[in-house]
Amino acid sequence: MNRPFAVRVSNVSHSYGTHRALDKVGFEVAPGEIFGLLGPNGGGKTTLFRILATLLPIQEGTVEIDGHDACSDVSGLRSRIGVVFQSPSLDIKLTVRENMIHHGHLYGLYGAALSAAVNEGLARIGLAERAADMVETLSGGLKRRVELAKGLLSEPSVLILDEPSTGLDPGARRDLWAYLSALREERGTTILVTTHLMEEAEHCDRLGILDRGRIVSSGTADTLRGKIGGDILTIRSTGADALCAALNQRFSQEAEVIDGTIRLESPDARHLIRQIYEAFPEQVDAISLGRPTLEDVFIHETGHQFWNE
Amino acid sequence: MKTSPLFSSLLAVYTLTHREVVRFLRQRNRVFGALAQPVLFWLIFGQGLSGARFHSVNVGYSEYFFPGIIVLVVLFTAIFATISIIDDRNTGFLQSVLVAPVPTLAIVMGKVAGTTVLAVGQGVFVCALAALPGGFEIGLGGLAASIPVLILLSIALAGVGLMIAWPMDSTQGFHAIMMAFLMPMWLLSGAFFPPGGTPTWLGWIIALNPLTYGVALLRYSLYAPGSPATMGLPPFSFCLAATIAFAVATLGGSVFVARDRAGGRHP
Repeated sequence: MNRPFAVRVSNVSHSYGTHRALDKVGFEVAPGEIFGLLGPNGGGKTTLFRILATLLPIQEGTVEIDGHDACSDVSGLRSRIGVVFQSPSLDIKLTVRENMIHHGHLYGLYGAALSAAVNEGLARIGLAERAADMVETLSGGLKRRVELAKGLLSEPSVLILDEPSTGLDPGARRDLWAYLSALREERGTTILVTTHLMEEAEHCDRLGILDRGRIVSSGTADTLRGKIGGDILTIRSTGADALCAALNQRFSQEAEVIDGTIRLESPDARHLIRQIYEAFPEQVDAISLGRPTLEDVFIHETGHQFWNE
Repeated sequence: MKTSPLFSSLLAVYTLTHREVVRFLRQRNRVFGALAQPVLFWLIFGQGLSGARFHSVNVGYSEYFFPGIIVLVVLFTAIFATISIIDDRNTGFLQSVLVAPVPTLAIVMGKVAGTTVLAVGQGVFVCALAALPGGFEIGLGGLAASIPVLILLSIALAGVGLMIAWPMDSTQGFHAIMMAFLMPMWLLSGAFFPPGGTPTWLGWIIALNPLTYGVALLRYSLYAPGSPATMGLPPFSFCLAATIAFAVATLGGSVFVARDRAGGRHP
């Protein structure tokens, strides 16, 4: 069955009392794509993750995964997704293998077929020799590997991961992404991750930037960066507000003061640096030029820093 | 490998029950909490109050109190098993259970069945100790007859615990309800003292407490018909009907509460 999309979220809104956590969120993920939902904490990522994982009921809008509607066919949808939680979902009083077997049973797998799937899954993550060990004896990184193997045991067509790099050192993060890429290549698994890490977002084929409950922008990382017309100048100054106003007047720019530093997007930033230095030699403490990062895209789209709330 | 919905549900109930039992056996402190504490209560109160005379009781206090202690074992087991739902949901195995393709009824039944196996096992164990030579007049027949009663009581109390724990986000809240609601429910069930001779308002609470009939039913099951230990109890058939109704109601209530898988939680 070839659908044009593996995940389709349309007009999903969610409120807790009067607080609107999600506001008409919509996006589609193609089969075999790695899609990242990037946003600061409190932006609505967790709510969206919980809705996609079927933990929260849908208040408004529709969610369709692998042809199953989250409202009318939640059981069918659940059988097609693998969910990897941010907080551990392993029973630490059970062995690695026992955890996997219980998980398989919940997905209707049993007997020799389940046993084979568990062996294969553990071998894949390099934990075959630890199968008989209690989960509580495993390091944080190994536990997350087991979480991943557990999420993949039922061979889901869509794998949903909530902040998968949490608690992993840089080496383990690299391994995780290498593993996810290999998985996509071999099984064609669609992968959906939520993250607040820019570097993690770089691994995704496409991104949706989620802020204050809305998708403010989406596309590949390059497309998103391309939305910024040029490079970024960051200027530090003790009189940031006054300098910003003067810059805007003199060079007809749209500089902004964000968290005490002046930020300016310009297609001709290199040239502009010299002009700024010449015009305001006393006021400029430091000035730096950079290629736009995803964080710049975030600021560009939302008008505020990624980290300031 | 395509399985029928019924088979998948039974497989889920089996696996959740199995997990519950294995966890229990691997956590020694839980064995102590659910078993040793009631037995200690029984020794302390049974001996301490052995001089007490209740006019409606025809056996020694220690023997009168004994079935009440069995019910306390069941109650504690149910509390320990269901309080784990609260932490398990945020940082534990329950998270993946909640997103698995199994009906809510199967998740509830897995918890209830696991609790029942543990509670009945411990209840029978304590009963068997009391039936040893030199103990009470509890024969093999009494032991066997108590099993279905213990099953009903376990289902009912696991259901009560689940209904309380499911929407809760802290175990402190559960402890508060345990002290303010569950312990009084047990104290006022004829388990600790007989209903006869209490003030009218207390008599009403005891009569309206569904656990009263469960405790009475356990007394009926442990002793031979006409034994002095069962004199003055409500009629057997009424106790049976009330206890079945209690179990069915809390089971239904649990499924109703658990339909909201997130338990009303905010992320």
